[in-house]
Amino acid sequence: MKIAVCVKQVPDATAHKRIDPATRRLDRSGEGTLNATDVNAVEEALRLKEARGDGEVVVVSLGPPKAMESLRKALAMGADRAVLVADEGAAGSDLVATSYALAKALEREGADLVLFGQQSSDSDGAVLWAAVADRLRRPVVSQVAQLTVEDGRVTGKRQTEFGYDLIVAPLPAVIAVSDAINEPRYPSLKGIMGAKKKPADEVSLDELGVEPGRVGEAGSRTTVLALGPPPSRGDTVKLEDDGTAAEKIVDFLAERRLL
Amino acid sequence: MTTLVFLEHHDGELQKGSLGVLAKAVSLGGGDVAGVVLGRGAAEAAAQAGDVKVYACDDPALAAPLPQPRVDALAALVGQTGADTVLFAASVLAADVAAGLAARLDAGLNWDVTDLAVEDGELVAKRPALGDTVLVDVGWTGAPRLALVRSGTFDAPEASGTADVEPFTVQFEDFSTLAELVGHDQEASAGPSIEEADVIVAGGRGLGAPEGFKLCEELAQALGGAVGATRAVVDAGWYPYATQVGQTGKSVSPKLYIACGISGAIQHKVGMQGSGTIVAINKDPNAPIFDFADLGVVGDLHQIVPKLTELVRARRG
Ligand SMILES: Cc1cc2nc3c(=O)[nH]c(=O)nc-3n(C[C@H](O)[C@H](O)[C@H](O)COP(=O)(O)OP(=O)(O)OC[C@H]3O[C@@H](n4cnc5c(N)ncnc54)[C@H](O)[C@@H]3O)c2cc1C
Ligand SMILES: Nc1ncnc2c1ncn2[C@@H]1O[C@H](COP(=O)(O)O)[C@@H](O)[C@H]1O
Repeated sequence: MKIAVCVKQVPDATAHKRIDPATRRLDRSGEGTLNATDVNAVEEALRLKEARGDGEVVVVSLGPPKAMESLRKALAMGADRAVLVADEGAAGSDLVATSYALAKALEREGADLVLFGQQSSDSDGAVLWAAVADRLRRPVVSQVAQLTVEDGRVTGKRQTEFGYDLIVAPLPAVIAVSDAINEPRYPSLKGIMGAKKKPADEVSLDELGVEPGRVGEAGSRTTVLALGPPPSRGDTVKLEDDGTAAEKIVDFLAERRLL
Repeated sequence: MTTLVFLEHHDGELQKGSLGVLAKAVSLGGGDVAGVVLGRGAAEAAAQAGDVKVYACDDPALAAPLPQPRVDALAALVGQTGADTVLFAASVLAADVAAGLAARLDAGLNWDVTDLAVEDGELVAKRPALGDTVLVDVGWTGAPRLALVRSGTFDAPEASGTADVEPFTVQFEDFSTLAELVGHDQEASAGPSIEEADVIVAGGRGLGAPEGFKLCEELAQALGGAVGATRAVVDAGWYPYATQVGQTGKSVSPKLYIACGISGAIQHKVGMQGSGTIVAINKDPNAPIFDFADLGVVGDLHQIVPKLTELVRARRG
């Protein structure tokens, strides 16, 4: 079985995230990291492969060339191959543009199963899989907290506003996992060394047959008009525990008459 | 502007979030607004929408709450009505429908929308971005324009009048009906309801293991409160679904909410931001929850919570 995992490089959690006022795009110049919930998707793919004893796991991403550093983490965990659609022309792509280019890259891979993470930490969309599945004309199940693959069918258990659903779909299928589906492994030293030798390909939009007008700002259908001030928020009193945090919390609650 | 509003229903009842978006769409003025109800009992549910036009389709392919056949239905309806705007109240189902429709129609989708307005004849949305640290005005280039409105954004007024329900039919794509719902588990609530509690001590993945919830239970007991949980720990089977706070769980507004080992994801925040006072204990100084807590304590909950429980017990006698 061939499994493709869609992953994204996002700004590191410790970095101050900002939108560049000139381009109105997220400033991606700082340290990048593999999006946390995509690590769950990579882990799930590896477990499926290991349980079957055969198959291939390929990570697929759309992003700037430096995103390859983050894809290497997936390779170090055990993924077999990385494909990065790195093309200046794709910068600034919104949902329709990203899903178009990503679907083209996935079509080329022809995987039996395409996995997504729960959400990218820089877009908070939690939507990309549904757009990609529509372009690939494949069934999709999202928010999957438990996944089984058997007899050419996937079964996913997932939470909605009304409890848990159990959904079955035939392969090939698109599945987005919940961040609770597994506890991802850490790459071993051997894995990290081995990752350097694994195939990691950069592909251009041209190679994928993506017309320039369909990606980047030209291919996007949403725009950022203006950056406003941050939404109002209360004043947070923040303190570091020096061994007396419990006392300080009690004092705070007493002051607010909450005890 | 011709606007369609996706009206989600469950057990025959239209969801308040959808009705809130419908009311907002009507209040924008300057065009036609119609609702869309899909699935079993669509026509009966549609009748609750109040004094508007509602398109309804109850084709058996729409019986289960799955997104892809709904993309087909909405795409067909956009074609028939020439709608230039389609609005959704965020939900697990609606998000997948909206994104599928965006791809199908090559239409722009803005999500996490917390306000909508018409400025100079153009629809403009507001959305908080980057973990709610910046508010951006977003728009669309071309039509139709799709938007997913953040949970709990617009209040639903009492519906008055009867809807003008118009049935329609859909041709489904071959791949749209491949996924199949084979089971549903409501998980009846047990224990004290968190919705009525004055104090909630909530736990997340930072508790480390299911046993970690003992710390929350003891503190909750000392404070006379109830225990809440995040989806991550409910999905992992550590704690029951009935205690979950957030978009797909309960919305709560206790006087005091103590978050232990919770990162503060937006889907959690929307269920508890109405709390009177929020105290967060998290070992990561960059955790988003510190952006909206009243008191944020950076530290190890395993050290802090037991001490806190003891001190509260001593004080309350
Ligand atoms: C459509 C959709 C709907 C969703 N609905 C909901 C919902 O209803 N409710 C909900 O909660 N989530 C919901 N989510 C999931 C949400 O996005 C987050 O994934 C989830 O809230 C994270 O849970 P968490 O905070 O427990 O875990 P994490 O995000 O993993 O955070 C754990 C935190 O614990 C801290 N920590 C670790 N160890 C310690 C320690 N020893 N002491 C102190 N702190 C520690 C860490 O620093 C971290 O910040 C939804 C997601 C989607 C996509
Ligand atoms: N640029 C990208 N390249 C590849 N996969 C992506 C990209 N952006 C998002 N994804 C995947 O889509 C999921 C949902 O992303 P989003 O809808 O942006 O929250 C992520 O968890 C990733 O698995």
